[in-house]
Amino acid sequence: MADKKSREQSRGEEVKFWGGNQVIAQAAIAAGCNFFGGYPITPSSEIAHEMSRLLPKVGGHFIQMEDEIGAMGAVIGASLAGAKAMTATSGPGFSLKLENIGFGYMVESPAVIVNVMRGGPSTGLPTHPAQADLMQARWGTHGDHPTIAIAPAFHQETYMETIRAFNLAEQFRMPVILLLDEVLGHLSEGVIPPKPGSFEIINRTMYKGDPEKYLPYDVSKQDVPPFLPYFEGARWHTTGLNHDATGFPSTDPELIEREMRRQYRKVLGNRDVIDKVEYFEADDAEIGIVSFGSTARAAMVAIKEARNKGIKAGMLRPVTVWPYPKDQTYEFGRNCKALVVPEFNLGQMVYEVERAVHFDRPVKRVNKVGGVPIAPSEILAAIEEVA
Amino acid sequence: MSFDYMPYMREEKLPHMWCPGCGIGVVLKSMIRSFDELEWDPNDIAVVSGIGCTSRSPGYLNMNTLHTTHGRALSFATGIKMHRPDKHVVVISGDGDGSAIGGNHLIHAARRNIDITLIVNNNNIYGMTGGQYSPTTPLGTKAATAPYGNLEPPFDLANLVIGAGASFVARGHVANGRQLSMFIKQGFAHKGFSFIEVISNCHTQFGRRNKMADPMNMIKWIGDRATPLKKYEELSREDKAKRFPVGVLYMDEGRPEYTDTYEKLIESLKTGA
Repeated sequence: MADKKSREQSRGEEVKFWGGNQVIAQAAIAAGCNFFGGYPITPSSEIAHEMSRLLPKVGGHFIQMEDEIGAMGAVIGASLAGAKAMTATSGPGFSLKLENIGFGYMVESPAVIVNVMRGGPSTGLPTHPAQADLMQARWGTHGDHPTIAIAPAFHQETYMETIRAFNLAEQFRMPVILLLDEVLGHLSEGVIPPKPGSFEIINRTMYKGDPEKYLPYDVSKQDVPPFLPYFEGARWHTTGLNHDATGFPSTDPELIEREMRRQYRKVLGNRDVIDKVEYFEADDAEIGIVSFGSTARAAMVAIKEARNKGIKAGMLRPVTVWPYPKDQTYEFGRNCKALVVPEFNLGQMVYEVERAVHFDRPVKRVNKVGGVPIAPSEILAAIEEVA
Repeated sequence: MSFDYMPYMREEKLPHMWCPGCGIGVVLKSMIRSFDELEWDPNDIAVVSGIGCTSRSPGYLNMNTLHTTHGRALSFATGIKMHRPDKHVVVISGDGDGSAIGGNHLIHAARRNIDITLIVNNNNIYGMTGGQYSPTTPLGTKAATAPYGNLEPPFDLANLVIGAGASFVARGHVANGRQLSMFIKQGFAHKGFSFIEVISNCHTQFGRRNKMADPMNMIKWIGDRATPLKKYEELSREDKAKRFPVGVLYMDEGRPEYTDTYEKLIESLKTGA
C-alpha cells in the first residue's frame, strides 16, 4: 500500500495532516505550477483557497474568474504564454469547462484540470461524493481526441500523481485530468511531501532554433511539437480550427486525418509512461476486483475480509483511468474466475472492464448513487456471490 | 508617402476572407497605424479573438495571435496578461461574440480594470453564421432570425462597459478611419481596461436585409448618424435616438490596474512588507 511504504521510507520526516484538496494544491506548487484560474465550486474550492494563498508567494498568479468557462480560458491563455497552469472544479463546472478543454486538445496546450467529483447530473449532490464523471472525462467535449485522466486513491498517491499530471501535460502538450471525489477531497490523511529534487519534473520540450523559422505544429521529427511561448520572437498563430504545421486553418482531408491520428498516437503510443495500475492481493486472486479512487479503499477492506473467509480475492486498481488499462485488465482478468467492479455510479468503468476481458468472464457490478459511499460489506457480499 | 501596412501583416495570408467593402478592414488598418505610432514591437503584442468574421483578424497580423472559442477571447487574454503583465494584450471581437456569448467576460474584464484593449467591431449582426440578429441589432430592423423586424432593444455597448468599470471607453466608426485610429491609439496607450466600440458595416448580412446592400450606402448611413459627443449631448431626446455619440466617452487615468496591483502583492509578500 502506497501510504505504508512511504511512511517507512521517511521516518523522521515531517508528516502533514492534509485534506485531499490541500494535497493537490501543495503538490501543484511543488510541480512548478505558477498559474491558477478558478471559480468557486463545492467540493473543490479548498484547492482554489490554497492556491490563492500560495501562488503569489512563489511569484505565480491566481485569479478567480467570472465563470468556469472563463477560468479554463485563462488557464490555456497563461499556458500558451509559458505558464504551468491549472484549474479545479466539480461536475457542473467540469461540464462548462469542457468547451475550452477541447480547445486545449486542439491547440495542444498543457494544463491540469482537477475534477473533485460529486453527485449529478446537474447540481446533484454538491457536498456528497460520486464517481460518475469518469466517462465525461473521456468523452465530454465534442470531437475525437485522446484523454489522459488520473484517479488516485490515497493522499500520498494524490501528491505524487498531481506532479505526474503536470509532467504528462507538459510532456505531451495536452490537458490532463485529475479525478478525485468528495471523499478524497475532504478527507484528512497523513502525507509526507517528498523533498524537492527527489522527484522528476518534466517541462515541455522547447523549440531551440531561430524564432523566425518556428512552426508551432512541426511534427516532422516527433509526435509532440516543440513549444515556444508567446513573446519569444516567433509571432506564431494558433486556432481551435483544424490547422497545419503553421498553426493556420486547413481543411485538407489528408492533413486533418494525419493530425488527428497523430494526437491519438502521441498518447496511445506512449502508454509505457502514461499507464499506471496498482495491484492488491492480486497474485493468486480468483475473484478479481477492478475499482478506482475512494471506492478502491473500501474494496481493499472487503478483500481482506474475503480472504479471512477463505476466498482468494484481489484487486487491480487503475490509477491512470484514461487511456483505460485494457491489457493489464485482460491479464488480471484471465486468471480470475469472476470479476467484481464496484464503482460509485450506475456503471461506467464496468464497460471498459467487460471489453478488456473480451466478455469472457462473469462481471458483477456493484453500483451506488445517493451520496453514501459503497461500504466494504456491499463489496464483500458481491465477492461471496460470485465466489 | 503612403503608410506601409505590410510590415505588420502576414502578407502571405492575403487576400483576406472578408466581403469587399467590409468595415473590418478599416478597423484593422486603424489598429496597425496605432501600433506603429506607439512604436510597439510586434514581438511584444498578443492579439486574441473569439469566433466570427471579426475574430479572423488576428490571422492577418504578424504578431502573437490566438483565435479562441466563441465569446471567450477576453478570458484567454486575461491568462496571457496575468502571466506576462509586461506585454501588450489586445482583443478584437464582433458584437455577437463580444457582447452576447462573451458578455460575462466583457463586464468582468472591465470591472477588474485589467490592462487589455478590447476593440468591438459592432456591425449589428451575426455575419459569419448568416445574418441572425445580435444584441446590437437596432429595434425593428430585419435579420435572418427577425424576418418581421427585430423585437429586442439593443445594447449600448459603450455605456454597458462604462457601467461595468472600464477606465477608458471610446466610440468611433468606419466612415472616419483617421479619428478611429486616434481612439484606438489612446486606448492602447491607456493603462487599464480600454474599450473601443467601432460602429461598422456588414452590408452583406445586415445591409442586404435593410435596403443598404451597397457598402457605401451603409457606411454613409453610419457616418451621417455619427455625432461628436459634445454636440450629441445638446440634442433633443428625439434627435439623440436617430444618432450615436462618438469620441472618448469616459476616461479615468487614476484607477488601479489589476496586474499592477497583483505584482505589488507578489512584491510585498517577497519583502514581508
